[in-house]
Amino acid sequence: MSRPLAIIIWSIAIITAGLFAWPKWRLPESVSAHSAAIDHQFKITLIVIGVGFTLTHAALGYAVWRYRAKNGERASNSSGNARVEIILAAITGLTFIALAITGQRVWARLQLNQAPPISLVDAVRVEVVAQQFAWNFRYPGADGKFGRTDPRLYNDADNSIGARPGPLGIDSTDPAGKDDVVTTTLVAPVNRPISLTLRSKDVIHDFYVPALRLKQDAVPGMKINIHFTATREGRYEIACAELCGKFHHQMRAYLDVKSPRDYEEWLKKNGK
Amino acid sequence: MFSKLSVIAFSLLLFSVFGYGCRKQEETSAPIGPLWKPSGNEGNITGVINFTGAVPAPSKLDMSSDSKCEGENFLDDVVVKNGKLQNVFVFVKSGLPQAAFETPADAVTLDQNGCKYVPRVLGVQAGQPLKIVNSDQTNHNIHPLPQVNREFDDSQLAGQGPIIRKFRRPEAIFRVKCNQHSWMRAHIAVLAHPFFATSDSNGAFTIKGLPPGEYEIEAWHEKYGAKTAKVKVAEKADAKADFTFDGSVAYRPGSLKLQPAMMTP
Amino acid sequence: MTIKAQTTKPFTFIANCIANRIANCIGRYVFSRDHRIIGLQYFFLALTAALVGSAMSLLMRLRLAWPRSRWPWLETIFPGGFQDGLMKPEFYLAMVTMHGTIMIFMVLSVAPQSAFGNYFLPIQLGAREMVFPRLNMISFWLTLASFVVLMSALFTAGGAPIGGWTFYPPLSAVASAGPGQDSGADLWLISVGIFCLASFLGSINFIVTTLTRRTKGMSLARMPLTCWGWFTTACVSLLAFPVLFIACLLLFLDRNYGMSFFKPAGLVVSERFIEGGGGSPLLWQHLFWFFGHPEVYLVIIPVMGVISHVMATFARKPVFGYRTMVVAIVAIGALGFLIWGHHMFVSGMNPRIGVAFSVLTLVIGVPSAVKTFNWLGTLWGARIRYATPMLFAIGFVSLFVSGGVTGLALGQTALDMVFHDTYFVTGHFHLIMGVAAVFGIFAATYYWFPKIFGRKMNEAMGKTHFWLTFVGVYAIFVPFHLLGVAGHPRRYADTLWFEFLKPLEPLHVLITIAAFVTVAAQLIFVANFLWSLWKGARAGDNPWEATTLEWTGEASNVAGLPPVVYRGPYEYSTPGAAKDYSMQTEM
Repeated sequence: MSRPLAIIIWSIAIITAGLFAWPKWRLPESVSAHSAAIDHQFKITLIVIGVGFTLTHAALGYAVWRYRAKNGERASNSSGNARVEIILAAITGLTFIALAITGQRVWARLQLNQAPPISLVDAVRVEVVAQQFAWNFRYPGADGKFGRTDPRLYNDADNSIGARPGPLGIDSTDPAGKDDVVTTTLVAPVNRPISLTLRSKDVIHDFYVPALRLKQDAVPGMKINIHFTATREGRYEIACAELCGKFHHQMRAYLDVKSPRDYEEWLKKNGK
Repeated sequence: MFSKLSVIAFSLLLFSVFGYGCRKQEETSAPIGPLWKPSGNEGNITGVINFTGAVPAPSKLDMSSDSKCEGENFLDDVVVKNGKLQNVFVFVKSGLPQAAFETPADAVTLDQNGCKYVPRVLGVQAGQPLKIVNSDQTNHNIHPLPQVNREFDDSQLAGQGPIIRKFRRPEAIFRVKCNQHSWMRAHIAVLAHPFFATSDSNGAFTIKGLPPGEYEIEAWHEKYGAKTAKVKVAEKADAKADFTFDGSVAYRPGSLKLQPAMMTP
Repeated sequence: MTIKAQTTKPFTFIANCIANRIANCIGRYVFSRDHRIIGLQYFFLALTAALVGSAMSLLMRLRLAWPRSRWPWLETIFPGGFQDGLMKPEFYLAMVTMHGTIMIFMVLSVAPQSAFGNYFLPIQLGAREMVFPRLNMISFWLTLASFVVLMSALFTAGGAPIGGWTFYPPLSAVASAGPGQDSGADLWLISVGIFCLASFLGSINFIVTTLTRRTKGMSLARMPLTCWGWFTTACVSLLAFPVLFIACLLLFLDRNYGMSFFKPAGLVVSERFIEGGGGSPLLWQHLFWFFGHPEVYLVIIPVMGVISHVMATFARKPVFGYRTMVVAIVAIGALGFLIWGHHMFVSGMNPRIGVAFSVLTLVIGVPSAVKTFNWLGTLWGARIRYATPMLFAIGFVSLFVSGGVTGLALGQTALDMVFHDTYFVTGHFHLIMGVAAVFGIFAATYYWFPKIFGRKMNEAMGKTHFWLTFVGVYAIFVPFHLLGVAGHPRRYADTLWFEFLKPLEPLHVLITIAAFVTVAAQLIFVANFLWSLWKGARAGDNPWEATTLEWTGEASNVAGLPPVVYRGPYEYSTPGAAKDYSMQTEM
């Protein structure tokens, strides 16, 4: 019993570690400016996890293999070793705290930035409005201002481009809203910061772009700001990552990252 | 002694909770008279809905949230052809004899086709089956929003067969929405009698089988509100009742309080 | 409660006799105040709930593996959840919600603490009975009522709620936000509220009994680690459950009495403008997780106590670092209250607070790691007897480590942006709660079965159960982590609508097959349990040669003098002793 158990424990550890190390099961390719830092942090964490996981399983398997009951023999009576405990606890504690602290640097850059290297002065501002079960995106247009919206004006029935009040309930009496562009695809120029304001019309949703390593809840009643810079052109999927009702699994939109020229063209075409 | 108390308390707890859970009972309205039978001398009301003024430019709906919605979809709340308005719901508002009208067994069909409801406006009789069909390759969700009848919210997956539902009480026109495709709209009216019709692409409607008498009929459009008219139906004859809706009335922005009030007998 | 037979008329006499028996039976076995019966009642409740919850998980797996398949025979059982044989997404989400709720509350919060704790805490302390036996009985019946009310949500017109066991408003605050969010959600709230009350009352019993009813010589330092686990859990329970109760009450008021604790202004759900406002959805999350995080420690702490206890018995060695183990248990219980925000890193909460929660979360990994080292230390130099309880205890260590290490990734704020609400989270908590904790329950069952029923469970079936389950759960939940790394969000009814999810479909099929095999293997356990009740080999007082009071055979529940304790709980292989174990009552 001890031999098979030890072998199974070791095999499970080797297979599991192998699966995580296998390139096929790495994080998907990412195209945002901050993802390198996140991926690096994950790699370090995975190494720490891997070491902890394999060492403990190696030790467990070894103990199971070696210390089986033999006739007449007594176990060692050791009931503790304060020194070993303290050393192991200290190593673990320092490792964990170091991980926590290095992780915070990436977080701070993303969420708490005020200083360079990321400047949001040049950013494209987009409002993301989530609803059951679709995404809406609003650009402020030439005047750079978002028009006033009113929940009592929401009209989902006409979501054509330029519709007023449209699904976002844009108040036509507010001149700032006349040039707002409302779409169901998030179009962004490459290599330029995009500043998103997340809102929701009904329940909590979550704006999740796997390719950007970007995820943030959109909470009704709140306006939450996040930002990203896409580094490669292409079409990427946007998903909802907070249970929002029965079609939570079908809430897809696209992020279209275009060259700056294509982006300007698109904006002009849809802004009329 | 204490065990007895526990049994009683526990049962009370269970009963009250179950009672709470079962509290929403569907009530059916009592019939208002003897069953009406046609006597052979009925007439009809026919008419045309005219439209004057500028037709709003068609808006192309954005269906990109679901790549399985095929084709193009234009907002079809106002459909005008040669000055005739489609999708106006016409019904008899008053003047009918005090009687109960037989509930038809055959269903009225509401189809989800091209990610749009066909027809956009329809009427059913209280208790008449409504057959909801999904002709698309995508998942739909049928969610009517009645005030009086029981609301239901059912997904209808691609490849799933029809859903049959009934509305048990007469009710003014209410909206139907699809939870998945927020632009989809339909309107349903539930009446106690079978005397209603929807104007077709030529603006024409016919309400058949009315006993001779004086009636008030109402024509309702989701954007332009309701108009009424008095009609006298003679024995075995067609009474004419035309309506005109004016499109030059300022296009009202959509709002949640859009539905004009509509009374049904 | 007895009905006195004071008449000689034959019919009345017979009727009284039958009534007497029934009344006695009800008094003794149904509305019992005996802590052992109550413990068993909790155990069978947990077992039933586990079977129901597992069935629900299999239904979920069916849809994930084969979303377009038709199941007409399932439609006859669940007519509301299927149409033309196709499983509706709202049924899938109802199963997600009910599976989570049933497993976390009715199985994991009941079996380790209320079932085994009620049975063995008094015995291991040398007490005759819990301090408040009637309160204890009420706690059980409230828990049972809670389960019945929860199950009744399945039978409402709209079906069971679909908001997940986390029940975030406004999805759960507005009845028209989804099917099942009407009466089903109200019943859920009532059920959970009753459960909170039951647990709160139960924890009072545990705390007072531990503090006041320890027998002579049973100092706190001589308490078995199981008692430390139950005691700490009860203290945490006392503080955590009232918060959930209040949260449920507030949400109930929001839903039914027009309040707006959690509803902000300007909500439009299903095209209806929701009146009211000024509330915050984040308030629910704070309240819920302030309970919810200690809750997971409520589940694992008693299990950790059991594992230490079982390991010492079968390793024939004292627990390595008893004092450190106690400190670790208490530290985990206390620190558990400070880290609820790690469920909310991307919730819209101030990111600066996220930093604090993140550091504290990784700090709580330290006592857990220390306990793992001590379990390894207990095995080091041991003479391990590989009986079924020990297999599950060793399996627990492996699974606890596997589930715990991914906490290092999830506890970091920036990485949580990648993994929040993906299968990585689901894999993490299933490995710790759904498997490691359950292994603890199995270990406890196999270990204490001879004590409770006087017979041993079948060893061959037990070992088969272990092997199949141990390999099976890894086959299920390691792929969960892989799905999470690939970015697969959780609570998705299928993977058909996203390009980035399509390559993951084969993994779903693999997981589903592994799940079916593993759940089927649990039937071996159920069969073994039932068979052993009548046909198991008779066990003596102390079949495992253990040291603690429950194995003395002169348990104080039997009329007689209370035991006197002279030794610590884990005196195994003491040098110079005659046997390789010394019972606590030996002088």
